[in-house]
Amino acid sequence: MTASDAVSPSLNVRGLAYAYPDGHQALFGVDLTVGRGERVALLGPNGAGKTTLVLHLNGILTGGVGSVAVAGLPVDRRNLAEIRRRVGIVFQDPDDQLFMPTVREDVAFGPASAGMRGAELEARVMTALDRVGMADFADRPPHHLSFGQRRRVAVATVLAMEPEILVLDEPSSNLDPASRRELADVLRSLDVTVLMVTHDLPYALELCPRAVILSGGVIAADGTTQALLGDDELMRTHRLELPFGFDPRSVTIGA
Amino acid sequence: MGAGHAHKLYRGGHSPVHALPAHCKLLAVLGFVLVVVSTPREAVWAFGLYAVLLGAVAAVARIPAGFLLKRLLIEIPFVAFAVLMPFVVPGEHTEVVGISLSVPGLWGAWNILAKGTLGVAASVILASTTELRSLLLGLQRLRLPSLLVQIASFMLRYGDVIADEMRRMSIARRSRGFEARGVRHWGVLGKSAGALFIRSYERGERVHLAMVSRGYTGTMPVLDEVRATRAQWSAAAVLPVTALAVCLLGWTL
Amino acid sequence: MHVPDGFINAPVSVAAGVAAAGAVAVSLRGARRELGGTPSQLPGADRTAPLAGLVAAFVFAVQMLNFPVAAGTSGHLLGGALAAILVGPFTGVLCMAVVLLMQGILFADGGLTALGVNITVMGVVTVLVAYGLFRGLVKVLPRTRRSVTAASFVAALVSVPASAAAFTLVYAIGGLTEVPVGSVLTAMVGVHVLIGIGEAVITMLTVGAVIAVRPDLVYGARGLTTRLKLRVGGELVDAPAAQPAPLAARSPRRLWLGGLVTSLVLAGFVSFYASASPDGLEKVASDKGFDKSVEEHAAAGSPLADYGVEDIDNTRLSGGLAGVIGVGATVAVGSGVLYVVRRRRDTAGDERTPAQSSV
Repeated sequence: MTASDAVSPSLNVRGLAYAYPDGHQALFGVDLTVGRGERVALLGPNGAGKTTLVLHLNGILTGGVGSVAVAGLPVDRRNLAEIRRRVGIVFQDPDDQLFMPTVREDVAFGPASAGMRGAELEARVMTALDRVGMADFADRPPHHLSFGQRRRVAVATVLAMEPEILVLDEPSSNLDPASRRELADVLRSLDVTVLMVTHDLPYALELCPRAVILSGGVIAADGTTQALLGDDELMRTHRLELPFGFDPRSVTIGA
Repeated sequence: MGAGHAHKLYRGGHSPVHALPAHCKLLAVLGFVLVVVSTPREAVWAFGLYAVLLGAVAAVARIPAGFLLKRLLIEIPFVAFAVLMPFVVPGEHTEVVGISLSVPGLWGAWNILAKGTLGVAASVILASTTELRSLLLGLQRLRLPSLLVQIASFMLRYGDVIADEMRRMSIARRSRGFEARGVRHWGVLGKSAGALFIRSYERGERVHLAMVSRGYTGTMPVLDEVRATRAQWSAAAVLPVTALAVCLLGWTL
Repeated sequence: MHVPDGFINAPVSVAAGVAAAGAVAVSLRGARRELGGTPSQLPGADRTAPLAGLVAAFVFAVQMLNFPVAAGTSGHLLGGALAAILVGPFTGVLCMAVVLLMQGILFADGGLTALGVNITVMGVVTVLVAYGLFRGLVKVLPRTRRSVTAASFVAALVSVPASAAAFTLVYAIGGLTEVPVGSVLTAMVGVHVLIGIGEAVITMLTVGAVIAVRPDLVYGARGLTTRLKLRVGGELVDAPAAQPAPLAARSPRRLWLGGLVTSLVLAGFVSFYASASPDGLEKVASDKGFDKSVEEHAAAGSPLADYGVEDIDNTRLSGGLAGVIGVGATVAVGSGVLYVVRRRRDTAGDERTPAQSSV
């Protein structure tokens, strides 16, 4: 396993299909590979199956057809604990994510669940908080923080597990422009693989060189974010719309 | 009463009382209340001494008297009960300013007021010198089932969130010209409560997902195990032990 | 109605504490089933803590929601019946217990030594009475949403005075003051019938609102929504049941009979105290009201001595015994019913039967 780590992609989804117990089928054969260190935007209209796909990445949903592997490790019941350490999901509402009484305890929850204690745990927590610029808030209760700060702490809770891949669900929603930019700075500074589910197309363009469009339960397009956003026909087909006056072709992407 | 005010319960400080581990304080308060409850009500002076003891603890903890007294108001429903007792209890009657009052009723009222008030005051001092989180950890340390502590801790964490949602719904209602004035408006309030339940329940489901995603296996990791030193135990024991001495005197005198 | 310290004597407080602890312990296991946790399948699949925690937070918050009555007065929900109907009896007991625990420790609302009494009276009794009645009515009434709201009205209406009656019972056994039990019962139940009406209306409206949007979330009404309708020639007819076992077929009649008998016995128990004691008390008071209190003070050598106006030797003994017997019986009946429920559940697999003892 460790030997294959170096070469296998961070995320490898093959032929994933899934129907909910009530019979509603959400995924119809998804194939997606995300290489190590890539930042990929997952775009798609509401109801395309984005959340369903995300919940498969750490094995919360299982039992369909196809396979998911994280850094070469297949997602199945036997190695769920390890998978959940490797896949860090940041949910949309930070209040759902920050369920412990203080920021410190919340960031510590993941590594502590994996058995880490003492000075090592403390160091891990402070490093993670440092990376999102929230180290000064360690002893505050989450509900005393601003929304943007809570979102950054939510990212830290996941970073503390040193994940192979960071999965963000609508990271820019409800953020004011300054918090939105601060979060972008944080995300850019990280050297982990990122899969970002978003409706915020300029944000996707700013942060992710590559984008995929999930539509109707399959990957409908895969390419550079700039090319996808510039393809009017493709955008229209999948109910994706750019903000008024925004032209992706005119944006110069810095690395 | 209300989660929205939860953070106002605690008065931060660095007094010796604040510094004691929560489980020591919990046991001390419980011991104190037990002693108070088992004191004979005829030993009026003993209750005076208890009040002095609590006053001393409050002084050490630097809790202003006004704060303490305001929090005592929680007792009012039973004060009403106590006030009625001299009028309804049968038995020997006595004249006080021309009103016939029952003697056992007066004793009963005194009993409720004295013991109830001391109990409330002790709990208030505990809550104002101990952070919510440490209280929960203290309960866990005292072997309260961990699942129960988890539920309580989720309740406190999300009490504010849900109270906020409730406030937002109320603002939304009022912004559209609705003002709840009487029974006629209960329909709208009931619908709000229903919506609040759905939001709470769905949030519970999402929180569970977030926990599972970070490796939750049914137990909460205990991060900093607070251990009490012998000195701390002795400090905490001062209150109940002194009270016990008073109580024993009360029984013998 | 939060009982403060020093109101109920030590043995009864302890007995109530044991009863409350037992109920919470049983609920901790039962709630897991109600909230759909499957601990054996997946690590961390147990949803009890977050869901029960959020529901407790909801109960806590909704107790702050003021319902204006008239002229500046307002009432608020107690929430026991609502919690029982929405999330099931076990989770309901857990949530109420946690709310009461936190109210006692944080807000000094209810004495620490009276915690057992408070949890038993306001948590366990309210939840069990409400849920038992609710399930009974839902089974009897036609299977419509209106029946569910009507049933929740009745359940909440009865649960509040039932809790007041339970308080009176505890008070009758272990009260440390001399108010005649009859007056306490009249006053408590009288006031709480009024409170119960408010509780009932609000509970009904809230359950109605939830069932209109997310009927699947109303635990007490699960199974009502499985029947689909087909339009055949302009007429609506029942579609063939999608699930093999319709609710009616699982109706555990024997259990119901048991629950009914239990309620009757307990009702009899309460009314026995209500009718018998005041007479006894008044008689004693008129016969020898005076030497009584003297005697009492002289006997103040034991922790139980505060007991009361009645003939001491006799009553202290009988009072204490009655306390133990009463609470013991409550526990026995409660656990008996739960045992039956469980056994039925085990044999019937997924079957969801209510724990409808009216303890």
